[in-house]
Amino acid sequence: MEKNNLKGWLYLLPAFLFLGAFMIYPLIDVFVYSFEEGYNSASQTFYDTGMYNYSYVLHDPYFLQAVKNTFILVIITVPLSTGFALLISLALSSIRPLRELFQTIYFLPYVTNTLAVGLVFMILFKKTAYSDGLVNLLIQQFGGSSVDFIDGPYWAKMFVLCFYTIWVVMPFKILILTSALASVDPVYYNAARVDGTSRFRIFRKITLPMISPMIFYLIITGFIGAFKAYSDAVALFGTNLNAARMNTIVGYIYDMLYGDSGGYPSYASAAAILLFAIVLTITCINLLISKKHVHYI
Amino acid sequence: MKITLEHLTKKFPSRNRKSHEEVIAVHDFDFEIPDGKLVGLLGPSGCGKSTTLNLICGLQKPTEGRIYFGDDDVTDLAPEHRGVGLVFQNYALYPHLTVKKNITFPLENLKGAQKLTKAQMEERALQAARLVQIESLMDRKPNELSGGQQQRVAIARALVKTPRVLLLDEPLSNLDARLRLQTREEIRRIQKQTQITTVFVTHDQDEAMSISDIIVVMKDGVVQQIGKPQEVYDDPVNLFVAKFLGTPPINVFQGRVKQEQLYVGEDAVLTVKGVPDQEVFVGIRPEGFQLKADGPLCCHLDRIEVMGRDISVVSSHECCESPRVRSIINAENHLDLASDTVRFSVKPNKIFLFHKETQERIRFETASRT
Repeated sequence: MEKNNLKGWLYLLPAFLFLGAFMIYPLIDVFVYSFEEGYNSASQTFYDTGMYNYSYVLHDPYFLQAVKNTFILVIITVPLSTGFALLISLALSSIRPLRELFQTIYFLPYVTNTLAVGLVFMILFKKTAYSDGLVNLLIQQFGGSSVDFIDGPYWAKMFVLCFYTIWVVMPFKILILTSALASVDPVYYNAARVDGTSRFRIFRKITLPMISPMIFYLIITGFIGAFKAYSDAVALFGTNLNAARMNTIVGYIYDMLYGDSGGYPSYASAAAILLFAIVLTITCINLLISKKHVHYI
Repeated sequence: MKITLEHLTKKFPSRNRKSHEEVIAVHDFDFEIPDGKLVGLLGPSGCGKSTTLNLICGLQKPTEGRIYFGDDDVTDLAPEHRGVGLVFQNYALYPHLTVKKNITFPLENLKGAQKLTKAQMEERALQAARLVQIESLMDRKPNELSGGQQQRVAIARALVKTPRVLLLDEPLSNLDARLRLQTREEIRRIQKQTQITTVFVTHDQDEAMSISDIIVVMKDGVVQQIGKPQEVYDDPVNLFVAKFLGTPPINVFQGRVKQEQLYVGEDAVLTVKGVPDQEVFVGIRPEGFQLKADGPLCCHLDRIEVMGRDISVVSSHECCESPRVRSIINAENHLDLASDTVRFSVKPNKIFLFHKETQERIRFETASRT
């Protein structure tokens, strides 16, 4: 038994070393930096220790803006993208002809480069001196007045960001959900049909519980992914996100490290720890809620 | 509820794109199932028995033919409007629901005037659970039950709506041998108690014969024979039915009829009156052999197997289709094991002749031999 234990640890050692060096050590380091005022990574010096970094970050209007943006993004995109993905997968699994074609089409955004997609969205939404952009042309067609979605009002920019995020994250969710739906044994549907169950009730009472672990997985990873959003905002609004008032928490951390206002690893660390705390809290809440509604079979 | 099947045919489009031949799963099934009987659909896998069941319950539409429950034509009705209870082969219990929820599930679907209150549903569920003796398991999930218990839950769920017809698809195939015996008696008891017309599908002839009022033997979508189990066993219409029923299986020999004498090899076994001279298949049930020192059929003795009440004599004969001739004789008989050969006489009512090509039964009059 003892010998086996030793062997087991030995097998785990490479992974442990790797994770230790590149994950656990940096994590602890970030945690330490977040309490060291004015840490300088070149000279490895700092002035003092304490909660000042947190206080600074929490009073920084840019950070508060980033938190607000991130929360709006999460609250809008996670439920909508999961819901739409579920609807589309249900539709996909109920059609027979051309199913593969549609599956491929729906999966295309997933394999497309973020920045390339961002460019396309710019063309669709941006208002320039020469053109109002395709979306604005459509709005005008229906009698509305054009809106600058890229440099205009806050709600318009947020709309584009959410739209874009939903569009980018949906393919993966559709892929997962179509395979989850396909894995439900059709005998349950037959049993329900013989008992005269309505389609809606079949969906609510049989399909949904059976694929609930997958939906839950998508919601958890969706929350985490949306909280870590950054590149999407950059693709749409450029690198100076603070000026565009479209920064996210990860964007704020990046700016604190390397941006024009950068060079503050202490503030960045404090913001990173705050993000970690937020994500951890939300995930724990998710886990608690899921206990009641997710059926692992 | 009487079930009438009229010229029921089900064809499936061919999977093979090159040939457009349709696969005929059920061909011209014509039968009336009397009210309150237990009917076993019996046949090897792929013979169309499950398709027939699906047609009766409405999960599949017949290509041709009509289905009547009593006097109602239900052919075009959806399954939920037919009033059938179906027990699936793997039970199809909803894994995320408790036993009680599984049983009440069909009741919750009732609409309009049939709608029940929660208390009524619980009452009905408890009744059904009592019938199959699972009332103590109501709060468990299906994966916390044994195979036999799951089977009972599935039956309870099928019965809770008091269906006009109960259908069971291979109800015992997922159970171990001991439980199978127990459960088939249980099914028989429940059917007797509820008096619901029941159709069940099985490939196990033992199962079908032991509990059915009527058995229907099918092969390649075509009904071979319908009748009471004992009648079908004693009087098979063709070689297939004769081979399919009975354990140990019937022994089939190559034989020929010459001048109203049946020959197996060079031995004249039996006088068969009214049969023209021809080559035939001779089927002899294992219990049709009698040890007789000067018996006409001489086999090479291999070994005997003691089964307590009976002994099974395993021998071989050059004309037999299978390498073993298995005969069951009373244990009181004494057999000389030192001998290489064993001689039998045969009981005329346990011996069947079949046409060489069509494999149809050739009937003959027996003349008592002395």
